[in-house]
Amino acid sequence: MIGRARLVLWALLSHWRRHPLQLAMLLSGLMLATALWSGVQAVNAEARASYAAASDRLGAGSLSRLEPAPGQALTTADHVALRRAGWLVSPVVEGRLRAGSARVAVLGIEPLTRIGLTPEADGPGPDPTGDLHGFITAPGIGYSDASTAAILEGVDLGGLVLRVDPETPPNTLIVDVGIAQRLLGLGDQLTALTLAPDQPAGLPALARIAPDLVVVDPGQGGADPAALTDSFHLNLTAFALLSFIVGLFITQSAVGLAFEQRRPMVRTLRALGVPRSEVLGVIAAELVLAALLAGAAGIVLGWVMAAALMPGVAATLAGLYGADVAGTLALRPVWILSGLGMALAGTALAGAQGLIRTARMPLLAAGQSTAWADATSRSLRRQAAAAMVLALGVPLCLVIGGLVGGFAALACGLLAAALLLPVALDGALRLARRRVTGVLGSWFVADTRQQLGGLSLALMALMLALAANIGVGTMVGSFRGTFTGWLDQRLASELYVTARTEDEAAALRRWLAPRVDAILPIWNADAPLMGQPGKVYGVADHQTYREHWPLLSARPDVWDELAQGRVVLINEQLARRHDLTLGDDLQLPGGALPIAGIYSDYGNPSPQAIVGLDDFTRRFPDTPRLYQAVRVAPDRAAPLAEALRDRFDLPASAVVDQHQAKQVSLQIFDRTFAVTAALNVLTLGVAGIALLTGLLTLASMRLPQLAPVWAAGLPRARLARLDLLRTLLLAAATAIYAVPVGLGLAWMLLTVVNVEAFGWRLPMQVAPGLLARLGLAALLTALAAGALPAWRLARITPSRLLRVFADER
Amino acid sequence: MSDIRSSGPRAPIDSAGDRPDIAVSAADLVKSFQTPAGEVPVLRGVDLSLVRGESVAITGESGSGKSTLLHLIGGLDVADAGTLTVLGTDLRRADDRTRASLRRTGVGMIFQQFNLIPSLTVSANLAFQARLAVRYDPGRVARLAADLGLAALMDRYPEQLSGGQQQRVAIGRALAANPPLVLADEPTGNLDEETGDAVAGLLLSLVRQQGTTLALVTHSPRLAGLCDRRVHLRAGRLA
Amino acid sequence: MSARWIIAVLLVAALPGWAQNRGFAGLGSDSSGFALADPGYRFDFPRDHGTHDAFRIEWWYLTANLRDAAGRDYGAQWTLFRSALAPDKPSDGWTSPQLWMAHAAVTTPDAHYLAERFARDGIGQAGVTAAPFDATIDDWRMRARPGSSGLEDLEITARGNDFAYELSATAEGPLVAHGENGFSTKGAAGQASHYYSQPFYNVSGRLALPEGEVEVSGQAWLDREWSSQPLDRTQTGWDWMALHLDDGRKLMAARVRGATPFVFGSLITPDGQVQTLTDDDLSLRPGSASPPVSWAVAVPAAGLDLSIEAVNPDSRMTTTVPYWEGPVRISGSDAGRGYLEMTGYGR
Repeated sequence: MIGRARLVLWALLSHWRRHPLQLAMLLSGLMLATALWSGVQAVNAEARASYAAASDRLGAGSLSRLEPAPGQALTTADHVALRRAGWLVSPVVEGRLRAGSARVAVLGIEPLTRIGLTPEADGPGPDPTGDLHGFITAPGIGYSDASTAAILEGVDLGGLVLRVDPETPPNTLIVDVGIAQRLLGLGDQLTALTLAPDQPAGLPALARIAPDLVVVDPGQGGADPAALTDSFHLNLTAFALLSFIVGLFITQSAVGLAFEQRRPMVRTLRALGVPRSEVLGVIAAELVLAALLAGAAGIVLGWVMAAALMPGVAATLAGLYGADVAGTLALRPVWILSGLGMALAGTALAGAQGLIRTARMPLLAAGQSTAWADATSRSLRRQAAAAMVLALGVPLCLVIGGLVGGFAALACGLLAAALLLPVALDGALRLARRRVTGVLGSWFVADTRQQLGGLSLALMALMLALAANIGVGTMVGSFRGTFTGWLDQRLASELYVTARTEDEAAALRRWLAPRVDAILPIWNADAPLMGQPGKVYGVADHQTYREHWPLLSARPDVWDELAQGRVVLINEQLARRHDLTLGDDLQLPGGALPIAGIYSDYGNPSPQAIVGLDDFTRRFPDTPRLYQAVRVAPDRAAPLAEALRDRFDLPASAVVDQHQAKQVSLQIFDRTFAVTAALNVLTLGVAGIALLTGLLTLASMRLPQLAPVWAAGLPRARLARLDLLRTLLLAAATAIYAVPVGLGLAWMLLTVVNVEAFGWRLPMQVAPGLLARLGLAALLTALAAGALPAWRLARITPSRLLRVFADER
Repeated sequence: MSDIRSSGPRAPIDSAGDRPDIAVSAADLVKSFQTPAGEVPVLRGVDLSLVRGESVAITGESGSGKSTLLHLIGGLDVADAGTLTVLGTDLRRADDRTRASLRRTGVGMIFQQFNLIPSLTVSANLAFQARLAVRYDPGRVARLAADLGLAALMDRYPEQLSGGQQQRVAIGRALAANPPLVLADEPTGNLDEETGDAVAGLLLSLVRQQGTTLALVTHSPRLAGLCDRRVHLRAGRLA
Repeated sequence: MSARWIIAVLLVAALPGWAQNRGFAGLGSDSSGFALADPGYRFDFPRDHGTHDAFRIEWWYLTANLRDAAGRDYGAQWTLFRSALAPDKPSDGWTSPQLWMAHAAVTTPDAHYLAERFARDGIGQAGVTAAPFDATIDDWRMRARPGSSGLEDLEITARGNDFAYELSATAEGPLVAHGENGFSTKGAAGQASHYYSQPFYNVSGRLALPEGEVEVSGQAWLDREWSSQPLDRTQTGWDWMALHLDDGRKLMAARVRGATPFVFGSLITPDGQVQTLTDDDLSLRPGSASPPVSWAVAVPAAGLDLSIEAVNPDSRMTTTVPYWEGPVRISGSDAGRGYLEMTGYGR
């Protein structure tokens, strides 16, 4: 029985030896699908692990914190007072340490009081052989990962002993609170007190013991990187799934082809005495083998892809969201398993139909039914009905709302569009049939209609790939256009200068005054806005703002009122999140002000408000005033920046010129979407392979249809040209169909997903160049996919065509 | 996979099959096919028995049911009514596995379409059924190949052979496992007359040499004349 | 930063001997630089109620056997440990090399509530002053009642997430020194600590438990001990009990487990006379459970043959370093009650 199964398997596998291209297609389809899926999963898993490690260690992920109210300070004495009152708190010091051009996050913790803060928050931690004495007493011990340790190598840390621990969050140095205060020059100041979730009963009220502290809940606004970056990962996952589905189209085609071509062999095997159940078992085993093989290769490929994308993703996440993510990849069983699982599930999905058909296939069927490629009007009607149901889901999901609702609406819309494609193409062909005259034309149209069924999967894949490209391309284009314009407005001043101390800031201003057109102080303070941590800016009354500031809506005389301290401006994020409109009051430290303007603030997840400069100094008298913009003739900006750095011995990053800032911003922006762009190109490639497989499958089954036409006098070369033309026409029709679908996708991304994910809405900018480029890409894809089958048809031997007649029974 | 008929004991042997000298015993076999035009009866009550070692030609018009009868005997299809015992196996009651087992070990099948496995070489095709039946004897296969004039073609693939050559491979495959019963369905139907005669001659001489029972469907009177006995099917009954 | 890491750090660096002892024990090699117990030392009160920073470990350890109006038994524990990571002098600020740890518990016949606190030295979160006596960590306090100074009149408070208590204790007898003038030997190799007690407290107060508040009264025992290396490597754990006999006598009986168990104790008369007990005149036999929640304790020369039974067998302290601590009832030749502590039996 085992020996027989091996013999049957050997016979089945011999098919692949004779048709290596088919095997390559089957395996590459599965491999690409798995690679795209697991690659993106790897990136996601890595980033998530980084957040988890970060919040695990920072303790910030899930716990509330006490932070000083604006203008107030938090010191060790506050910590002791709260502890002595019975409150279970643990002090935290946070800050950034300059290491050359880099900045490393310093996290000071107090290990003793952290015990029991969250008994269940137990995760991997640094080297347990570390010694507490060394950790808490000078010069202290610091934990960081290897790359951070390398950055810190040349930095004077007062003798701090660095211990490398790979589990430390990226770009972070963990030390004792006392050591952190010394490293950051904070004196006795603390950043926050972490609150244990369970507190003893009957404690005195916080407001009484610590009136200058405010409770900041976790996961609000900018506090939790995981929540912020979820949308980014959701985005990636959605694309990975799309790619996987496109990959499945290839697998489905290749598996279908293999089943189709091996029908006679299966019949012979059964005639020679192999029971049906055994044939099915062996075929299933063969599929599992292929899935495991291709899945494993796909995981390796996915790994390579993820490793290539990871630094970009890490940079994006750091630049856009301020989340520290390791730029390197760790091997995680989660995504290996998920990759293999997807490969197996995909193969099962693709092979199920073939297996069922083989099981039902009678031993003595006459002729070869090509139901596999049938586009019967009934199945088209069914498809149309399913598409309608899915289309109805779109408004439903939009009503449900939220980011998930948005994505669900996207999925419904895309699937409905994909299902309707064959229906639309069939309709177009029916219309064409009425118009076309002449025997050849009629045959061409009829033959194309007949092929539609076999190609519809591949065409749907191509359509989805094109639509995704158009959608994401349009979104990125709109985003970039708006962003560039906004940058021009927002970064209107030529130089931005940050001083290290107030004295230095004053000296800077004195030195600059005679050399520039204007100095515009931009002072800011952290303050809760609508209950979330945010920033309040104070800006001077100057023509620069009146002319350039990117106001989305504003009351007349907004700048005069702002200068008089009577109103406040807020960013779009804050307005959207809390449904604030002009005229509403916004609570600010030191009293509420009416909102007189809303401005766009792309790339910033936190709420922000702007008040007049005098008003700001009244509200935040103790805030250090270190930051200012400088107006100067553009050609003088660069030399002046250089002179400033020399004169005050400022680090390079303390003086930013507008040109450079814009470039950095655009770089960050472009990197964000490099990942999606890479995925898009891959998706299109995958769709091309799907098309090729579909065409090859059809080629072998179409001989009975072609042979009579050839026999009737149409040369093979002509037949081949017609076939290629058909492929191109179908691709072109698909591309045209994909344009509205893609634009719809872009619209959803811009007006639904973006608003939900980032809090801002962008005007849609359609780029005809992009559409033309993608149309061309579709035709090239079709040409590449159609060339081989056409070439084969042109070179087919007459005897093979003749055999069609002999084989007909 | 199995049907109601399989619920009885495995490979039941009825009284007619008890006689060891009878290879095939059919009584009142009825078979019809469902077509869009309704039920078309093909066999309307066929009685036939084949003694071991004899060769019988089954002739008849196109559509007279010759091939259907052969398929029923080979266990490729199941009769609607009547009794059919092949090599001691009651095929009316056998399940898919039992019928497969009979085909594997008891019957050598030769088709008009040759039905070789296209992705295997001549030598692999020749040995295939013998290996399935776990009766593979390299010496026997080599002798058969020599007798059939295939020795020089062993490494070729079916598509590289002529029709006559392919049919000789199919005959070799059927005989390699040394089955007690060989069923040939128009074995020369796809061959020209000269090649057909040669192939048929080879087949008959080989089965006689080995004492194998042969049932041969043909519409060629010349080929039928070469067999020990000849039965004629007309309108679903033996004439 | 995970809790596990911190605990691992603590265990390795600060509390290597904790599992073997009720206090912060140290390995012999680690005690270099710390002061060692000195048989010639004589207690000097109230100074010795305060800290002994030159020693590696030190504790203030109060256990109370309480009863409510209905006669139901309760136990209360209040413990403060000081641990020096290095022999350097304590300093102000975060870099002081000393740590504080505290445990509080309330035991009823069918429940056991406990809490744990930690504090760094040098920032004012925890500490002990000798006169007027005040031992504090967070909002837990054990201090001389206003108007008094030493250990004669104490107020004791502690609070966990699910319990709290306030007790006041009045000493009805003198302080008692164990071993040779308070020099208490803990092993055959000569490890020793300075050890005195106040076993004569009458206590009353209030327990706040999830099931409600109860007024209680009873007896309490305060232990003061400091050392730098009380146990050696081969000693695996420790069983200790402080017993109040109904006739007014007190018995401290302990055994350090190891290759050869080291038994020691003190039999204290109602007026505070101490008879130091050794293996020769004190026998401790554990029951079969693990940890053994029943014991047979005998001092034949004094006519004592006692059965010890835990009020609540499940009095495990599931603290960073786990141990067993709870009230016991005494029967046999004499009746009474007391406290039992067992370490080193694993979780």
